[in-house]
Amino acid sequence: MTRTAFLNARLIDPASGLDELGALLVEDGKIADFGSRLFADGKPDCPTVDCKGHVLAPGLIDMRVFTGEPGSEHRETLGSASEAAAAGGVTTMVVMPNTDPVIDAPSLVDFITRRAAATARVRVLPMAALTRGLAGETMTEIGLLMEAGAVAFGDGDRTIANARVMRRALSYASNFDALVVGHAEDPALTEGTAMTEGEFAMRLGVSAAPAIAETIIVERDIRLVELTGARYHLGQISCKSALEAVIAAKARGLPITCAVSAHHLALNELDVASYLTFRKVKPPLRSEADRAAMVAGVAEGAIDVIVSSHDPQAADTKRQTFAHAAFGAVGLETLLPVVLGLYHDGRASLANALKTVTAAPAAILGLDAGRLAKGAPADLALIDPDAPYILEPSSLHSRALNTPFEDRRFMGYALATFVGGECVYDRAKEAR
Amino acid sequence: MRGAAHSPILKTGHLLGTQLLSVEEIVGLLDLAEDYVTLNRTAEKKTSVLKGCTLINLFFEASTRTQSSFELAGKRLGADVMNMSVKSSSVSKGETLLDTATTLNAMRPDILVVRHQDSGAAELLSRKLDCSVVNAGDGAHEHPTQALLDALTIRRHRGSFEGLVVAICGDIAHSRVARSNIHLLSKMGARVRLIAPRTLLPADAERFGVEIFTDMRKGLEGVDIVMMLRLQLERMTGAFVPSTREYFRFFGLDREKLALAKPGALVMHPGPMNRGVEIDSVVADDIDVSLIHEQVEMGVAIRMAVLDALARGLPRGGRNTP
Repeated sequence: MTRTAFLNARLIDPASGLDELGALLVEDGKIADFGSRLFADGKPDCPTVDCKGHVLAPGLIDMRVFTGEPGSEHRETLGSASEAAAAGGVTTMVVMPNTDPVIDAPSLVDFITRRAAATARVRVLPMAALTRGLAGETMTEIGLLMEAGAVAFGDGDRTIANARVMRRALSYASNFDALVVGHAEDPALTEGTAMTEGEFAMRLGVSAAPAIAETIIVERDIRLVELTGARYHLGQISCKSALEAVIAAKARGLPITCAVSAHHLALNELDVASYLTFRKVKPPLRSEADRAAMVAGVAEGAIDVIVSSHDPQAADTKRQTFAHAAFGAVGLETLLPVVLGLYHDGRASLANALKTVTAAPAAILGLDAGRLAKGAPADLALIDPDAPYILEPSSLHSRALNTPFEDRRFMGYALATFVGGECVYDRAKEAR
Repeated sequence: MRGAAHSPILKTGHLLGTQLLSVEEIVGLLDLAEDYVTLNRTAEKKTSVLKGCTLINLFFEASTRTQSSFELAGKRLGADVMNMSVKSSSVSKGETLLDTATTLNAMRPDILVVRHQDSGAAELLSRKLDCSVVNAGDGAHEHPTQALLDALTIRRHRGSFEGLVVAICGDIAHSRVARSNIHLLSKMGARVRLIAPRTLLPADAERFGVEIFTDMRKGLEGVDIVMMLRLQLERMTGAFVPSTREYFRFFGLDREKLALAKPGALVMHPGPMNRGVEIDSVVADDIDVSLIHEQVEMGVAIRMAVLDALARGLPRGGRNTP
């Protein structure tokens, strides 16, 4: 039996609201015990980690990570993404099916699982496509894919335009109580556009789509969920009117949850400034009113989850004019500081801020991780929530460095990350 | 040449748009251009202001008049001018805009004139290149020399801009000419009106600080200058307006609609014109109201002024300055 004791920790369990000084014992990769009285009357007889009063919380669960494996390994592999994840305190990442080939068959889900086991430092959970080839036409083998290990179904950053296809997919998914993850951008309104319609896009002369292109699909999918009873999660929302639709749907008791990306919490359309392509994301950055609504939505609990929307892009696809540059920004290593920003800004308690990246996604995905509980996996993040720093892209572990947060002032980072009790990241050893 | 010729006219080493130009810079360029109008009307048009300078015209989008205008301007100032027309297909071959730029940079040009179909292209190049960059049109963003030549044309007829009412009519949403003119004319004290169907007006157009009219007849009342815009062919047939004949009926400039403007109102068009779509030939060819040919003449003068102003700021600049 292998045991490790974490001493002098500020234990935070977002699921129960626990926030106290104490110790935590890991046995064989699981949390065996924890609390303020543990080891209060003597040192444990096993290896110890002195947490020096820093926060020990469940490792982060990121529900939206794009990698380039298989097919575009020059952008990111499961291995390189997992290094970024570990450095960002993320112990579980859900990888999106938007690869080449698309993850739409059981053998490909199996490929992801095996590659992750061989190369990744953190837990990797595959999301499978909801329609074959992400074409939005015919549904995938949801039952077989679930058996192979797919934790959710969705077409990643593509919207299923055809309402009949979406209806049938939701209806079929409900047989298996499968989680369907939707993406909301009306393709007809957004095709060929790069920004949110409004004064700023008009001044830059960049083709733009109104933010309601998102709301239209959110409202459609809510009605289809009402019709079919499927479990539905919005992979990310970004505007006020979409949030209002979700709030109304939740009030009607529908099985709907939603996420927002760290980018849409921390940046708005003005950050595009003079055509900065690293800030071209999908959906595009919104108005300040929308950004503020997203922050309020998280603070009030209407938005369940915060995701990184990690989307690594090679330099050649970003070194273009704004219209031609690729969408996407890396985010695994800036998810935690953006979440902590809600706490520093007084918008949420530390436990409630962390809940959006631990207990909440765990509950939606049906995982036993994401909480401090006896018997739960010892997936932990040791966090200094107050450390100030300026983000340097060169310090990132991701293979692609397209961060929208270059030179941003942040507070808080992961000091160390543990998966199943094993240390997968130690900031002290990285001193450079 | 004027006594002030040695002082810098443009504060940055580039001309990317009119939005960031000050009134002093605009007036400085217009004054300098007047000298070149005079010069261009003499037999000996050539000077040596840009002797030894290399000017590259990099056009990613086909253009006859703007490219030839810049070429002529460069040659009359004594620069070595090279024209490069880059088909957008080279981008699909894997070369990025910045790769092209880096290649050109190694050839050590002094001034790069660039036209590109994407907004922000000129700005992107200005950040990565060592030479001065002139924006000859980027997407739907800006076309500053067009606005400057329009301003020069207007000033020569009306003396000043203060209180002038200028109506810009047509495809505002996709027009860089409109954006550059709105910024410049507003700065100079003119009152700008935009006249277009809603589908051709950008969202939040009101935020430009202009008056919006969707009824051309009402919009033209009391107008001093009518500036027509070209309607691109692909936008005429159902996508943004139902048909050319419907467009001409409601938004084409003919004698009848022009009669609603202030007596003596003048008509401009950046060219090339779609006769019978946005403008009636009778109006376009009426030498008493149409300034369209004069605009072309002013175009060469204003581009000479811009190149001259930029050359003065070059590291080795000032040489041969009269």
